[in-house]
Amino acid sequence: MSLMKFITDSQIWKSIFRHKYPDNPRDQALAVLSNVFLHLHPIKVRKSGVRMSFTWCMGGLTFFLFLVETITGVLLMFYYRPVVEYAYNDIKALRDHVPIGIMRELHRWGAHLMVITVWLHMLRVFLTGSYKPPREFNWNVGVILLVLTLLLSFTGYLLPWDQLAIWAITVGTNMARATPLMGHEGPGAAFIQLGDVSLVTAGSDVRFGLLGSKTVGAATLLRFYVLHCIAVPLGAGLLIAVHFWRVRKDGGISGPM
Amino acid sequence: MLALLVPHLPEFIKNFIDGLLEPTMYFVLSVVGFWAMIQFRSFWTRGWFIGGFFAFAIVFYFWSLTDENFKLIVGKPDNVPITILFFSLAFLLWVAFRKMVINDRLIDKGLPTFEHREASRRVYCWPDLIYTEFLAMILCTVLLLVWAYYLKAPLEEPASLVKTPNPSKAPWYFLGLQEMLVYYDPWLAGVVFPTFIINGLMAIPYIDMNPKGNGYYTFKERRFAISTFLFGFIVLWVTLIILGTFLRGPNWNFFGPYAYWDPHKVESLNNVNLAEYVYLEWLGRALPSNILLRELPGFLTVIAYFAVLPPLLANLVFRKMYRDLGFIRYQTMVFFLLCMAALPLKMVLRWTVNLKYIVAIPEYFFNI
Ligand code: HEM
Repeated sequence: MSLMKFITDSQIWKSIFRHKYPDNPRDQALAVLSNVFLHLHPIKVRKSGVRMSFTWCMGGLTFFLFLVETITGVLLMFYYRPVVEYAYNDIKALRDHVPIGIMRELHRWGAHLMVITVWLHMLRVFLTGSYKPPREFNWNVGVILLVLTLLLSFTGYLLPWDQLAIWAITVGTNMARATPLMGHEGPGAAFIQLGDVSLVTAGSDVRFGLLGSKTVGAATLLRFYVLHCIAVPLGAGLLIAVHFWRVRKDGGISGPM
Repeated sequence: MLALLVPHLPEFIKNFIDGLLEPTMYFVLSVVGFWAMIQFRSFWTRGWFIGGFFAFAIVFYFWSLTDENFKLIVGKPDNVPITILFFSLAFLLWVAFRKMVINDRLIDKGLPTFEHREASRRVYCWPDLIYTEFLAMILCTVLLLVWAYYLKAPLEEPASLVKTPNPSKAPWYFLGLQEMLVYYDPWLAGVVFPTFIINGLMAIPYIDMNPKGNGYYTFKERRFAISTFLFGFIVLWVTLIILGTFLRGPNWNFFGPYAYWDPHKVESLNNVNLAEYVYLEWLGRALPSNILLRELPGFLTVIAYFAVLPPLLANLVFRKMYRDLGFIRYQTMVFFLLCMAALPLKMVLRWTVNLKYIVAIPEYFFNI
C-alpha cells in the first residue's frame, strides 16, 4: 500500500496523471477530460445509451478492429513484398518459419470480423432509428465507411497471391467489364467511338483502370497493395474521425428526445 | 476424436434436407421464416426460445459436421465468418425484437419506454461507458486470439490464371451479389444494383419522415421502415450469402448442405426471353428483325414498372405515405423499393415461367 502511495506521489506519476483515482465526480470528469483518447467521450452520457443491449457496442468494436488491423498490418508489412516473385513465398514463409505465428491469422480473421461488426452496427443504428434528424449526415458518413471497410477487405484478399486470392479478385473485378458506358462489355460502350475507333476497350475501360492490366497481374498486386495499406486506411481513418466528431456534435448516442 | 463417439447424422435427415432444398424452396422458406419472425415476434422473443434455438442450432451444427461434405464447405477457414455472422445476427435480432416488443407494450399502455425512462438520467463516462468498452475489447481480443490460434489462415497453390477453379467465388461478403448473377446480367447485378444499394442506404434518412422511433426500440411505430430494411438485409443479403457460399457448387449448380459437389451435375437450362413469349407463342409469328421492335414488349414492361406502378401504388397502397412524403421523396422511396423488389420478382418469373430476360439485346450487352 505504501509502495502504491510512493508511486502515485512521485513526480513521474503526477506528471502523467493530473487527477486522483476516479472514484468521485471531479476525478471522473478529469479522467476523461485529461486523456486525449478518452476525451473522444463526453463527461456524462445518457444512461440509456451506455447499455450494451442498446448499442451492442458494435461501433466501438468496429473501431477496435480497425486498430487491430492497423497494428497487425504494420507487422505483416515488415515481411511482405508486393511483387509477384515474392508475395506468395513471403506469406508461405510466415506460415512455415514462425513458431505459433498468428499475426496473419489475427489480421485475416480480424478483417472478417470487422465486416460483420460494421453490418451489425448499421443494423443497430437502423433499428434504433438513430439515422433520423439530427444524425442524417452521420449515417451517410457511416455508409461510406461501410463501403471502405468492404474495399479494405477486398483489396487485402489479393495480397497472398494464391489461387484463392487471384480468383476471388478476378470474379469480383470482372463485374467492372460490364459497367454501363465505361466497361468494354457494358451496355452503351459500343457507342462511344471516335470515328471508327472504339474508345472503350479491354485495354482502356474502368476494369483496366482498376487492375492496371487486362487480367489480374503484377500491376494489380501493386495497385491493391497501395490501396490496401495506404489509400483506403487513410480515407477510412479520416472518415472515422469525422464520424466520431459528429456523434458528439449530434448530441451523443441517440436517445428519445 | 470426439467425432468417433458421436453417431453420424442419420442419412434420412440428410436426404430429407438435401431433397427439400433447391433455390426455389430455399428462398420461399427464408421469406416464410422472415414473415413468421415479424408476425410472431411476441412469441419468440421470450427467454426460453432463444435458449432453445441456440441449443438446437448448435447441436445440429456440430452434428452436421460429422458429414464430410458439410464439413468441407462450412468448415472452410474463410467460410467460418458466415457461421459467426449467423449466430450473432440471430442473437442480436432476438435482443432487438425483445426490446421492441416490450417497448411497444409500454407505448400501448401510454407508459414511457425503457429508453424514455433512462434518457433523462446522465451517468459519468468513467466508469460506466469506459468499463463496458474495455470489457468488449477484452472479449473481442480473446475471441480473436482463440480463433487465430486454432484456425490457420488459408494458403492455397500459387496464383495461376491458367488453372480456373470450379466454382470460382468472390469473397464471402459479396456472394449475395454473385448469386444475383443467376437472375441478372453483370451490368445490373455487379454494377447498377450495388450502386443503388449504396445510394438507397444513403437516401434512407431523407425519405423516412416518420419522427417517431428516434433513439429507442419500437416496431409498431415504424412497421414499414423496419420490415423493408430487414427484408433487404436478412432475406436479400444474408440468406443469399449463405446460399451462394454453402449451397452453390461447380458451375454454380445448387447442392444441398450434405450433398457431394459433383462437377458433372447437369441442369437443363431452357429459359425463354419475353420477346420470344410475345412474338412466337402469343402472336404466333417470327421475331422482328428490328431490335427495337423486337424488344418493345420488354421496354414497355420496364417503363410500366418504373413509371406507371409508382402513381398506381400511391393511389392504392401508399396513400398516407404519399401525402406525408410529398412527390420527390415518395418517388425516391418507391424507386429504390421497386429496385429491391426487382430481384425476388425476377426469381419468381424464372421459376414459374422460365423467363430469362425481359429485355434482351445481347448485341449491346443490354439485357434486363
Ligand atoms: C468503420 C466503420 C464504423 C465505425 C468505426 C463506426 C463507429 C461508431 C461508433 C463508435 C459509434 C458510437 C455508438 C455506437 O458504438 O453504436 C457510432 C455511431 C453511429 N454510427 Fe457508426 N461506425 C462505422 C460505420 C457506420 C455505418 C456503416 C453506419 C450506417 C450506415 C454508421 C452510422 C452511425 C450513426 C448514425 C451513429 C450515431 C448513432 C447514435 O447516435 O446512436 N456507422 N459509430
